[in-house]
Amino acid sequence: MTDSPIDRVAQRTPPGVAHKIKGLSDRTIAWIFVAPTIFLLLAVNIFPLIWTIRLSFTNYRVNRPNRDVEWVGLRNYERILNDPDIWNTMQATAHFLIWTIVLQVLIGFTLAYLINKKFKGNDLWTTIIVFPMMLSPAVVGNFWTFLYQPQIGLFNYIVTFFTGGDPADFSMIGDVHLAPWAIVIADTWMWTPFVMLICLAGLRSIPDSIYEAAECDRASKWRQFWTITIPMALPFLMLAVLFRGIENFKMFDLVVQLTGGGPGNTTTLTSIDLKREAFEKWRTGYSSAYAVILFVTVFGLASIYVKALNKVKER
Amino acid sequence: MSFSVTEPTKGTKWFAGILVVAYAVVTIIPLLWIIATGFKSPTDSIAYPPVVVFEPTLEGYVNLFTDRTRATAQMLEEAGPPTTWYDEIARERGTVISGPSRYGERFLNSIIIGFGSTALCMILGTMAAYAFSRFKVPLKDDLLFFILSTRMMPPIAVAIPIFLMFRNLGLNDTHLGMILLYTAVNLSLSVWLLKGFIDEIPTEYEEAALIDGYTRFQAFYKVVLPQAATGIASTAIFCLIFAWNEYAFAVLLTSGTAQTAPPFIPNIIGVNGKDWPAVAAGATIFLVPVMVFTVLLRKHLLRGITFGAVRK
Repeated sequence: MTDSPIDRVAQRTPPGVAHKIKGLSDRTIAWIFVAPTIFLLLAVNIFPLIWTIRLSFTNYRVNRPNRDVEWVGLRNYERILNDPDIWNTMQATAHFLIWTIVLQVLIGFTLAYLINKKFKGNDLWTTIIVFPMMLSPAVVGNFWTFLYQPQIGLFNYIVTFFTGGDPADFSMIGDVHLAPWAIVIADTWMWTPFVMLICLAGLRSIPDSIYEAAECDRASKWRQFWTITIPMALPFLMLAVLFRGIENFKMFDLVVQLTGGGPGNTTTLTSIDLKREAFEKWRTGYSSAYAVILFVTVFGLASIYVKALNKVKER
Repeated sequence: MSFSVTEPTKGTKWFAGILVVAYAVVTIIPLLWIIATGFKSPTDSIAYPPVVVFEPTLEGYVNLFTDRTRATAQMLEEAGPPTTWYDEIARERGTVISGPSRYGERFLNSIIIGFGSTALCMILGTMAAYAFSRFKVPLKDDLLFFILSTRMMPPIAVAIPIFLMFRNLGLNDTHLGMILLYTAVNLSLSVWLLKGFIDEIPTEYEEAALIDGYTRFQAFYKVVLPQAATGIASTAIFCLIFAWNEYAFAVLLTSGTAQTAPPFIPNIIGVNGKDWPAVAAGATIFLVPVMVFTVLLRKHLLRGITFGAVRK
């Protein structure tokens, strides 16, 4: 396309005038407008990333600036990949990721499906449902520890109100078996509306005419749901999963405030573990290698996923 | 009324409505509980079974904004009668107010850093988005993807070198450092969202302006900016909310002067263990503005949370 708006303007303007009134050329303006953004991102993202990669091959420690920095090659990477604790952390992260995504997709899609029935006042209720995801995860996570208190917490009270038993009998964040679920519940409460909003957009994008045609062909509602609704909403659902996947792989604030990674290491997600290595044990080189591994994992998984997503979109 | 086969029946609508309202009520309970706890006395806040009806008190808010010391009966007598209502609340607990707490400062930091980074982010973001939307920028798609990809990095992963870099530049624990950092983090969001909004403005307006003798700059700020005002405003609110809520960088890179409210609120400790009404009061003041913004933003929410990938 050579016929961009700029070209059209240029063609219509007499050459002499154009030269006088333009001042700076569009090309120059484009660079002036884009440069500050790119510069800031290079300084705060790419430069640190390169620095991280460089540090990951050394035994540097921030808290011992006077010690000689040695080049250790791939030793940090070897140690991380052979460390059983890291695999436990990965397992905790996988548990958190899988269950939050499963629950959020199920609940979020159901809610969107129901809201799309266009009952009176659905806008108001949608806005109320959306509140949790806009709030500060750290502040909310901290308050959930209060809701999860065994004797006095609202959560335990409500659960035992329905199931019977003593609310002091179980502690969501103190019990090794329950803590992984405590973070899943809090995250699901917070982020289900996110999946819901995207699914709702997907459902609303399906034109009525398709359903009308299906009615004419006497397709049952059940069949319509599986052959029209689900396939047409699928790209949106997958996009929601992508966003939640990346966000929850990075998860730090909510969980660190809720459980602090405990009890034991049962809810130590990778970001929490990384924070301990880097800012409590101050093993800078080692944790840089750790960061690089995480980073490669996110990028790798995300790009495979995006490829799959594009294939679904093309269909 | 026209009949349509796709219009849900009355019964379906009722059924759907009841389920959604039930979910909304359950999901809002924790938030209402935070707000309610802020107005409870310490005893009420940890009562079993949990109390729903209680006598509201501002003790939580007084404790949030003040530091208090235990006072003996003799000290209380010497101090004379309480002069203000908050003094009175503190005296009832046998304490005297020794000064303001740090919450005010932290809250102010949140405002300075939030608004500062949002302003900077909007200036840079609008310019870049305009250029990406209207000009032939070399490697446009790659640059746009690069901008987006900066959002995928776990904050902790880049925090190590940023910590080192800020230390060398003297930016650790400063407002300027945090403003620059949050601006960089939010730029991906603002460029992507704003590009979408500017793409929707017909280019004919600018062409007309350029033919009338406006320069590019004039066309940009006299024609495009007013047209994009709603988009810019909603993008700004998204950036503000993000900077407002951010915790990971704040907890790692600030400790005193530039610390924002999120790392501070969980550490409010009372005289006997955790002072939940004060924590809840702090959380309420911090969260309610975001809820108000959410209501204002509701039309653009979807766009904001998906970086403009999904538009209604």
